Amino acid sequence: MVDITSATATFAPETPLIEIRAVDRSFPKANGEDLIVLENVDLTIRAGEIVGLLGRSGSGKSTLLRIIAGLSAPSSGDALWQGEPIDGPPMGVAMVFQSFALFPWLTVLQNVELGLEAIGIEREERRKRALQAIDLIGLDGFESAYPKELSGGMRQRVGFARALVVHPDLLLMDEPFSALDVLTAETLRTDLIDLWVEGRLPMKSVLMVTHNIEEAVLMCDRVLVFSSNPGRIASELRVDLAHPRNRLDPIFRQMVDRIYALMTKRPEPRPATAEGIPGTGVGMVLNHVSTNVLAGLIEAVAAEPFHGRADLPVLADRLQMEADELFHLAEALQLLRLGSLTEGDLLLTDAGRGFADLDTDARKTLFARQLIDHVPIIGLIRRVLEERPKHTAPAARFRNELEDYMSEEYADETLETVVSWARYAELFAYDEKAEMFSLENPQ
Amino acid sequence: MVFHRVVPPAVGRSYVPNVFDLVALLMVLGALVLVAHGARETVEPLAVLEHTPIVLDWRLLPEYALRTTLRMLAAIVGSLLFTFVYATAAAKSRRAEIVLIPILDVLQSVPILGFLTFTVVFFMGLFPGRVLGAELASVFAIFTSQAWNMTFSMYQSLRSVPKDLEEASASFHLSRWQQFWRLDVPFAMPGLVWNTMMSMSGGWFFVVASEAITVGDTTVTLPGIGAWVALAIREQNLAAVGLAVLTMLVIIVAYDQLLFRPVVAWADKFRFEQTASSEAPTSWLLDLFRRTRALRALSVAVSSTFHHSLGVRLPLPRLPQIRLSLGIPERVVDAVWLVIVVAAGAWVGWEVIDFVGTSLGWADVGEALGKGLLTLIRVVVLMTFATLVWVPIGVWVGLRPRIAEKVQPVAQFLAAFPANIAFPAAVVLIVHFHLNADVWLSPLMILGTQWYILFNVIAGTAAFPSDLKEAAQSFHVAGWRWWVNVILPGIFPYYITGAITASGGSWNAAIVAEVASWGDVKLTATGLGSYIAQATEAGDFPRVVLGIAVMSMFVTLFNRLLWRPLYAFAETRLRLG
Repeated sequence: MVDITSATATFAPETPLIEIRAVDRSFPKANGEDLIVLENVDLTIRAGEIVGLLGRSGSGKSTLLRIIAGLSAPSSGDALWQGEPIDGPPMGVAMVFQSFALFPWLTVLQNVELGLEAIGIEREERRKRALQAIDLIGLDGFESAYPKELSGGMRQRVGFARALVVHPDLLLMDEPFSALDVLTAETLRTDLIDLWVEGRLPMKSVLMVTHNIEEAVLMCDRVLVFSSNPGRIASELRVDLAHPRNRLDPIFRQMVDRIYALMTKRPEPRPATAEGIPGTGVGMVLNHVSTNVLAGLIEAVAAEPFHGRADLPVLADRLQMEADELFHLAEALQLLRLGSLTEGDLLLTDAGRGFADLDTDARKTLFARQLIDHVPIIGLIRRVLEERPKHTAPAARFRNELEDYMSEEYADETLETVVSWARYAELFAYDEKAEMFSLENPQ
Repeated sequence: MVFHRVVPPAVGRSYVPNVFDLVALLMVLGALVLVAHGARETVEPLAVLEHTPIVLDWRLLPEYALRTTLRMLAAIVGSLLFTFVYATAAAKSRRAEIVLIPILDVLQSVPILGFLTFTVVFFMGLFPGRVLGAELASVFAIFTSQAWNMTFSMYQSLRSVPKDLEEASASFHLSRWQQFWRLDVPFAMPGLVWNTMMSMSGGWFFVVASEAITVGDTTVTLPGIGAWVALAIREQNLAAVGLAVLTMLVIIVAYDQLLFRPVVAWADKFRFEQTASSEAPTSWLLDLFRRTRALRALSVAVSSTFHHSLGVRLPLPRLPQIRLSLGIPERVVDAVWLVIVVAAGAWVGWEVIDFVGTSLGWADVGEALGKGLLTLIRVVVLMTFATLVWVPIGVWVGLRPRIAEKVQPVAQFLAAFPANIAFPAAVVLIVHFHLNADVWLSPLMILGTQWYILFNVIAGTAAFPSDLKEAAQSFHVAGWRWWVNVILPGIFPYYITGAITASGGSWNAAIVAEVASWGDVKLTATGLGSYIAQATEAGDFPRVVLGIAVMSMFVTLFNRLLWRPLYAFAETRLRLG
């Protein structure tokens, strides 16, 4: 302990702000095993950079941010802030939230002052600094407004002002623009980058979590791409373009395409365990995607100008979707063997092309076949129902089985997906009140 | 730096006082004087009560009303403090939660006047020979009628505080104390205010019932509206009863206007929503406070003191995070804790059985259960009856916004009005027409609580989306089909909320409703309520305990087997939007 204290006393400028060494994070599952969210993550953040953590939802990037924010502790490994282990939110770190996390009963000014009040800054000084931050972030005139009177963009500006006013060394941002509409988000990004480039922001570095590829390339000096299940840092890219960056710049586009390709890269096969390969078989986690959306996506890819093969950035742009959203859908198609993802492209399979041309009933038949063949849990439910004399089975039976592989929430979502897909395919019925599956169709 | 944009509200315009200042100042001073006056009398020795007995003199009525009102106020403050401590403990500690929440659940089902039997003796013993003991017993009775649902509301709010705000509080280094006042309390405020209002409504009933009470040899008559009514009943003075009803009317309206409207209007800002609401509640008194310069300065002073107290950090060193890592897994600690809790429960249970068992046998248990069944039948029949009457009327009113606007406050007022003041009128009628007390005393149980059904149904109908109404109309859904498929499912969640309150209130009212008197005439309906009432009067504690236990059991089972499933059904299936 003595060593660490004396090391901070002679704080050297080259000591990194954040050092993450071999951090794991896992959560207990219902069957007593652990669900690994982060695995063996290393990260160093030094002064003067904007670092982006980019990945799909569920890749553990937000968990890593929370560990750095002191809101969550690593299961193993070291998380250091200026050379000292993080135990609770460190002084000198401030956070901007995706949901803004403003106190609705406090005015803009009171919200901004909150962090100063908590650390016992005098009233006069508090007011002065709060007004400075409000001024800087372009909120003049809104001081006495309540958050609910503000637009989303203005609310997030309050979120920024509240974080900046405590003069943090490191600013953490958890998908700060993803709850905003496209135009507002762009304005906020540009404003923030302008202030950063002009050196008018108090912090030394920024760490931001995002699932928006273009946002990461637009703002960050360094982008860390996460892979999912379990979350690991798959690759690191430097962005050396000067600010303000131009989205239409060929180098910018190239960078975006490269990251798309990285993110659609199939994960390396992992060694099989006693239960089979994790994430496949009955233990496959299904994200709920509406069949209407799937059908719409297939139609879009089958039609002009894609003809069954679509470049993801172009498709995302055309459908006005975030990359993350599109990934989810594309993955569902891939799971059902209606499409496949390669090198940043979404490719329809023969079944997928067929689907696009069929009428409603034929589509249902095709969908049912894909479900039985490729979604093990649905095949299992169908088999159990056929075997039982009354052709009914309680949902709890399958929920328990799912919970051997995944957390309760995932099991719930998987089951919800199963019900909605099977209903569309008319494979089996589900009575929500009784929580029973059955083969019978309602009379 | 630009300073000119922020103008603290206190220094907005000139300092010259205006007319509102005078009115408001008088009101504030008046309130202070009244409180001081009422409070001084409570420390008088008990003998004072005997020297100055209750007199049915209308000039004394305002003073009695004041005493009653202050008891109410004291109870609500106590309930609030209790709520803060108890709900916070239950919400923040998992192990405390295991014990505290079930206790609360049981306390909720214990008939409130049952508490009174014990607390009167307890508090009188605590302050022998002082009025204070009797006062405290009365205040405690009101407290027991108010605290539980407020605590539940706060507990539920604390459990659902948005995670991002909790993270923001932690991230910006708010201390636990600051987090409590900055996040927990404001977030719980709307639910708490609403439940406090409901508690107040219920409280009037018990304040009246607790002012004149006989437990064995101990007779307490506290100056107040309740004692006034008790005396009026003894002296068969119908005019005095009428006066009491009028006074109560004034008190309730004043309480609503002077206390609750302002609080509700003020608490509107704590509603957790990110969009501006279309219609905000208003209060003339709050407006008065906001417009009046002197009062505004006062409220700013109060709020800045409050904020200052938030800034104070106790100079306690941060407690070292000692984790008893003796290698004992959490589950073992849990198990040990559970054993302790169960053992303590078993011990208390044994003591109770021992206490009751010395003088009572199984036959008495059978008697209590049988009478409980009778009261249960009364509650069920009355609830059915009230539903058949008030649901159609409520729907009719709710569909007509103009009428609803006028009827709604009246229904809420009637729910708050202590029906026991009006009981004598019923007794006079029953005696006059020689009616069967077993049947005709029953309606008194629901006299005060049926209004909860009415005003909830009105609210539900008024909130029913007009597009659904229009859809039903355009598809020619009418008559019976309209009731069954459109409006009844639509108002069901609201109806259930009202019915739960009404049924709980009816059980409580049974203790005063199944025994009613007028002068020398005493009417008794056979049931658990009269069983407890008579045992109380006789000072027969084992029977009181037995009666209370049986009633708690009935209420709990009634809640678990009927209301809770219906409520869950309403919440999952029939909640609109």
